[in-house]
Amino acid sequence: MQSEDLAPGPNVVQKQEIFSHSLSNGLVLVAQSMPWLESSAFSINLPAGCRHDPMEKIGLSNFACEMVQRGCGELDSRQFIEALEGNGIDYNSSSSVYHMHFGGAMCADQIYPGLKIYSDVLMRPHLPSDQMEDGRLVCLQEVRAIEDDLAQKAIIELRNRHYGQPDGRDCHGSMESVAGITHDDIKEFYDTNFRPNGTIISVAGKIDWPKLKDHVENLFADWKEKPVPAIKNSDPQHGVTHIPFESQQTQIALAYPSIPYSHPDYFQARGAVGVLSGGMSSRLFHEVREKRGLCYTVFASSHSLKDRGAVVCYSGTSSERAQETVNVIVEQLLNLKNGIQEDELRRLKVQIRSGMVMQQESCRSRAGAIAGDWFHLGRVRLLEEITDAVNGLTVESINEYLNNHPPGNFDLVTLGPEPLDLPHALSSTSA
Amino acid sequence: MHYHQHQLDNGLTVIAECNPSAYTSAFGVFVKTGARDETADIGGVSHFLEHMVFKGTPNRTAEQVNLELDEMGSASNARTGEESTIYHAAVLPDFQSPMIELLADLMRPSLRVDDFETEKQVIIEEIMMYADQPPYGGHERIMELFFGSHPLGQSVLGTVDSVSKLTADQMKDYFRVRYSPANMAIAAAGNIDFDKLVEDANKHCGHWESFDAQRSGQSPEYQTGFETLEKPNSHQQYILQLAPGPSNNDLNRFAMRVAITILGDDGGSRMYWKFLDSGVAESAGAGSYEYLNGGLVMSYICCDPDHAQSNLQSLAELQGEFKNKGVTQKELDLAKQKIASHIVLASERTESRMFSVGSQWLTGQPFKTTGEIAEIYQALTLDEVNQAIDQYSLEKNMTLVVGPNTSLAPA
Repeated sequence: MQSEDLAPGPNVVQKQEIFSHSLSNGLVLVAQSMPWLESSAFSINLPAGCRHDPMEKIGLSNFACEMVQRGCGELDSRQFIEALEGNGIDYNSSSSVYHMHFGGAMCADQIYPGLKIYSDVLMRPHLPSDQMEDGRLVCLQEVRAIEDDLAQKAIIELRNRHYGQPDGRDCHGSMESVAGITHDDIKEFYDTNFRPNGTIISVAGKIDWPKLKDHVENLFADWKEKPVPAIKNSDPQHGVTHIPFESQQTQIALAYPSIPYSHPDYFQARGAVGVLSGGMSSRLFHEVREKRGLCYTVFASSHSLKDRGAVVCYSGTSSERAQETVNVIVEQLLNLKNGIQEDELRRLKVQIRSGMVMQQESCRSRAGAIAGDWFHLGRVRLLEEITDAVNGLTVESINEYLNNHPPGNFDLVTLGPEPLDLPHALSSTSA
Repeated sequence: MHYHQHQLDNGLTVIAECNPSAYTSAFGVFVKTGARDETADIGGVSHFLEHMVFKGTPNRTAEQVNLELDEMGSASNARTGEESTIYHAAVLPDFQSPMIELLADLMRPSLRVDDFETEKQVIIEEIMMYADQPPYGGHERIMELFFGSHPLGQSVLGTVDSVSKLTADQMKDYFRVRYSPANMAIAAAGNIDFDKLVEDANKHCGHWESFDAQRSGQSPEYQTGFETLEKPNSHQQYILQLAPGPSNNDLNRFAMRVAITILGDDGGSRMYWKFLDSGVAESAGAGSYEYLNGGLVMSYICCDPDHAQSNLQSLAELQGEFKNKGVTQKELDLAKQKIASHIVLASERTESRMFSVGSQWLTGQPFKTTGEIAEIYQALTLDEVNQAIDQYSLEKNMTLVVGPNTSLAPA
């Protein structure tokens, strides 16, 4: 079968209508019109991520995220939840390194009351001191739950070490750091980090742009700009680390440096990772799981900070076969520099195009994607642009990229009964 | 949006919800077979077979199968449950015919011994992976306790022991009695050419020989009790509770789902306010699961071990109040709003429509459109919801607690 003969034409990727508007206080509204849907979704990204947590109070952003949702504007905490539910809003919130995030998906017209409710969360939270201990318990429960999620634990440790502080940290913090957070800390965090400048609100779905723009302008125009706090970076810790744990499987998390989303060669890097881990015929899945039966899960994925990127690989496998799994993964990573093949690239192109079309069915994923684009690029990459970039990929261009950026300087974190080695002493400390 | 159904001469059903303006197409082969159809000596065979289906046919090697799935840019996977095995793929509409040809071919797998032994290792890794994850085999254990000797209590994954002992011949025997075309359906949604779908199904599946693949429809005898599963190095305590619920042909099932949304949805429910808002649990909720002539309501709580006993008590109190006083009109209105919004959002995903079409076929019930389902929920009265709550008491249940705290007692 010749997949290129079957590849769909560009007509299936809808021409995108992207709108953006900057308020005078710096808040950015970016939107994609998806008139074929009956729903819409928003993604609010405040520059109040956990990179702003003091070192001894990691978990503060996450705790603040919990507290601002315990009553705001004219709503107490119960009325707040009831208002969301009453408007049929499927809502969520979280803290990440850069952002505190509030998201919602709903029937199209409910976007207006939905954004109104969240304008109160952002600008008029009650931060009730009598709910501090309930809020703290919520955060402590989350910390404990991560302790039981071994895969996540290994990846958290890997990011911590690979990127260093504060950008490699996990926002949940520790039992100790969360225990030490006071109501004054929450208030101070709010006063410093909840600001319109740096906030990105994205909306995707069935929208009326002039009405949406006016609505957001009315809700947020009075919000006062604040200075941007400085961030101090510390050095990463490279090499091999083992976390001893009595488990049946050993968790394997490995990272090596890559380029960020904003880099001109980003699609070359993404192409290379796609060959490693883009589908059931990709190299890692084929060599580690299909051919050798070493594990159930194995993958590699691109991860991007604003200024740096990494490729993160993960697998979990029974302890006696864990060393072989690491060896095969590393062998495949090193083998990349010998180049990729024409048929691998052909499959990859179909997959990327197919994924873009499928995204058009979800206002939630488009709202997330355009907010991410705005953060990393200061604009939205149109699907036409992505299509051109993907069509422009060649075996030669990806191989040239791999030649210039060969996988290496590996950081490895393992969690399980026995420590593992990086084959051929390939860790970044010895490279 | 048009619904079409056709049955081939050998009994294979072809069903589709066609939406000419959709950008993608989703396909699924639904087989009425799962852990319920296994005996203990072949525990895990349905799920293992689901893996083996991707390992090739007389026409394709395992590698070719994977290459073709990727060449079509498909988002594909498979899942096995107590009563069904589902193979599914979403693609751009141009790939309809080649995808049906591939899925049809996969349904007649070679089950080669070499592949069988390699894949056995993957299955054992999967079992071990879940053994390391909360609730550490607790789900399998409570299903076994709740259903007693009834086959719904059979573990979907099987155990390391049962899977290790399985032979390729046993799998072939199981395949021969379960994968009858009369026991299978091809479900599709999105931008579908239905005439072509039927033509392709006939071409690629029409020659499959039909045979009787009935399953026992015996109702379970639900067990009650309390058990502790010690897991010393877990940080949290996991509370799992099963109580009888409506079956998949029970007219009360919609009312019960609304009731359980009010009790245990992840936001704004009674369990949310009791356990999550106050921070005495990390997660808590309840869900209704329907089977052939049986059903259950599962309640779960994940919390720190010190709160586990008081949470067990609070859960019993919530359930008692739920049973005695029912729900209020305000709660019902909020739940309806939530469900209506959820239906709109889900209906926009082609893949979720395909699952709806196929899952309805699995239950043997007449097909209902999204609009018809939304109307059923909107028409529910307070009396109907409270009657369902009264009919299914959550207080008579099987409870399993998993974690480091071994001193817990029934509330």
